[in-house]
Amino acid sequence: MPARVGIPGTLLYYLYFPVWETFFRNIGAEVVTSGKTNKKALDYGVKEALADACVPIKLYFGHVLNLIEKGVDYLFVPRVVCLNGETTYCPKFLGLPDMIRHVLTDLPPLIDVRMDVREGTGALYRAYSEAGRALGAKWPAVAQAYGKAILAGRRFFALLQAGYQPPEALEIFKNKSAVQKSPGHFHRNKTELVFAILGYPYLIHDQFVSVGLLNKLSKMGIKAVTAENLPAKPLARQPHILDKRLFWTFSDLAYKATQFLLQRGGVDGIIHLTAFGCGPDAMLDKFMEMLVKERSSIPFMSLTVDEHSGEAGMTTRLEAFADMVRRKKGAAA
Amino acid sequence: MPVITFPHVAEAQRALKMLMNDLGNEVIMPPRPSKRTLDLGVKYAPEFACFPVKILLGTYLETCPQGVELIVTSGGVGPCRAGHYAQLHKKILRSLGYSVDIIVFEPPRLYPLDLLLNVKKLNPRRLSYRSVYECVRRAWRKIQALDNLEKLSHRVRPRELSRGATTRVYRQGVEWVDHAYSLKEILEAEAAALEALQKVPQDPEREVLRVGIVGEIYVLLEPASNLEMEETLGNLGVEVERSMFLTGWTRDNTWAETVENITVREAALPYLPELLGGHGRESVGNTIIYAKRGFDGVIQLAPFTCIPEIVARTILPRVAKDYDLPVLTFFLDEQTGKAGMTTRLEAFVDLLRYRKKQAKSPKMAVNI
Ligand code: SF4
Ligand code: SF4
Repeated sequence: MPARVGIPGTLLYYLYFPVWETFFRNIGAEVVTSGKTNKKALDYGVKEALADACVPIKLYFGHVLNLIEKGVDYLFVPRVVCLNGETTYCPKFLGLPDMIRHVLTDLPPLIDVRMDVREGTGALYRAYSEAGRALGAKWPAVAQAYGKAILAGRRFFALLQAGYQPPEALEIFKNKSAVQKSPGHFHRNKTELVFAILGYPYLIHDQFVSVGLLNKLSKMGIKAVTAENLPAKPLARQPHILDKRLFWTFSDLAYKATQFLLQRGGVDGIIHLTAFGCGPDAMLDKFMEMLVKERSSIPFMSLTVDEHSGEAGMTTRLEAFADMVRRKKGAAA
Repeated sequence: MPVITFPHVAEAQRALKMLMNDLGNEVIMPPRPSKRTLDLGVKYAPEFACFPVKILLGTYLETCPQGVELIVTSGGVGPCRAGHYAQLHKKILRSLGYSVDIIVFEPPRLYPLDLLLNVKKLNPRRLSYRSVYECVRRAWRKIQALDNLEKLSHRVRPRELSRGATTRVYRQGVEWVDHAYSLKEILEAEAAALEALQKVPQDPEREVLRVGIVGEIYVLLEPASNLEMEETLGNLGVEVERSMFLTGWTRDNTWAETVENITVREAALPYLPELLGGHGRESVGNTIIYAKRGFDGVIQLAPFTCIPEIVARTILPRVAKDYDLPVLTFFLDEQTGKAGMTTRLEAFVDLLRYRKKQAKSPKMAVNI
């Protein structure tokens, strides 16, 4: 029987699941995910993690508990430190395996390899081969699986660049379906406005925590652009305009995406989605707001979600914002 | 002559003022953080900014109207928010119409050139590097003297015979050190103040609990931010030992300090192998070291939403269990009230007393 490896369906899942899944599948393991976030995952997480953590971390605990319930043999909880050679992930990502290990009991073995490309060439490969070894895979198989995983990652990334949102791209990846639907097939209606939705992918693309933000927008006839859809190279090449660059990968990315969009234009409004209790966002949100104000007249709104966010509140705020944008656009035209 | 100010950190600003004056700057002293400071900070800082960001901003908003041109502060190297305080503060202050600049001293080990450049900006008298060095050394020694006084007050207070005596003598000692200028005077003032503290009437028989304090540096160092928790504990008959002092911490940052043959890093390793920025790993490591040294309990102090301390907080219950050591955490923000804190502290101290008694009784049984 192949070993069953559990991959929690949140945080980096939205960007790296295809890589991880391909790798484990190719070394002969069976990959189990915790599925979409639901009320249970949230309640679980709230109980097990602590009251002071941000919602996404609580949710991660919920997803891990779901996997434990499913009886997986291993849990893949990598310690992802740095993948671009420049910025690191939020300190909570860095301490993730430790939090899981020391808070939860009766855990299956953790595969908590450390991924930090700053350790030199081959660091990533070493991390994966360590994960492979934990499952008893030998090197030729590991090397081959790694190669396939990297390719899967590239294909997935290309989908994002083509305009698909991560959940759509994951759907395509999972069903191995040929790319038939056009990007943003959610957006059936004629779109009149384009909003940039910036923030962490595990918030924006989690229908449950974001209270269906992207769907709502699409129903309102608004096209959403996320940082994942923006051309990667120009984004990375944005000049550092803060005295000190933001240390954290996703925060840095959101800031650069703001810079990029202000320069390129093409969006009518910018929404920053942030999680209640998020440390980095306290800074990021203010920096983004000031940047938008300084450099443009594009309306900016930050939306905070927490475990109690309700449909109604979200809809009201979105509608009010959209109205304001429309009025502004009308006045300008 | 540039008009400068800096954050309020316990008593250290007294030494900083001396240093800045020596170098020929005019100094506007930061007031002790008060309700007004907090209100100002809360009003203009982002809602979820960490507590220190709010206190510092509030402090600057109190001093800037007095004509401050330059703020001197220290940075922190990622991955934590401390490194971004300064630019956030600058942006907010500028948006409010204060044309101030902020100089950030980074840990000299990582940015040696910065240090020299910064010193240049703060040295309008153009003192030679040698004399600058002398001034810095003197100021440093003054901070050490202040730290030593504070450390001793933590030992004396739980044993004092009349409540408040230690605090009175301590405050007086701080003034003595403050007025000392030359190195010789500083040493004399320190010795006299330490002696006066020793002489506070004490009860040597009193059973005193020992509690270690760990957590984020600013709320550890600035009593106004932790509602004078150490004094409260002292009054409850607890001798506190704090894991960080301005002088002690800066040393840690420069070379690994060993305690009882293991470094804080090594102690934390089995629980938190990753460096998180801030002082999350130190909180875990120091808790373990306190446990090994036989302390009765540990208190973790952290600003609300503090990232590394939340990670530490998640792990500490396991450490507490493994080492059988009670750990209490306070997440502080502008809404933390003194009464509530005191109640929790009293309950914690009761628990520690009870445990201590329990631990003793079996031994007595053997003796009989
Ligand atoms: S970036 Fe914010 S939301 Fe994400 S894990 Fe860190 S604190 Fe939580
Ligand atoms: S260590 Fe805590 S208080 Fe300090 S910057 Fe980081 S989050 Fe803020």
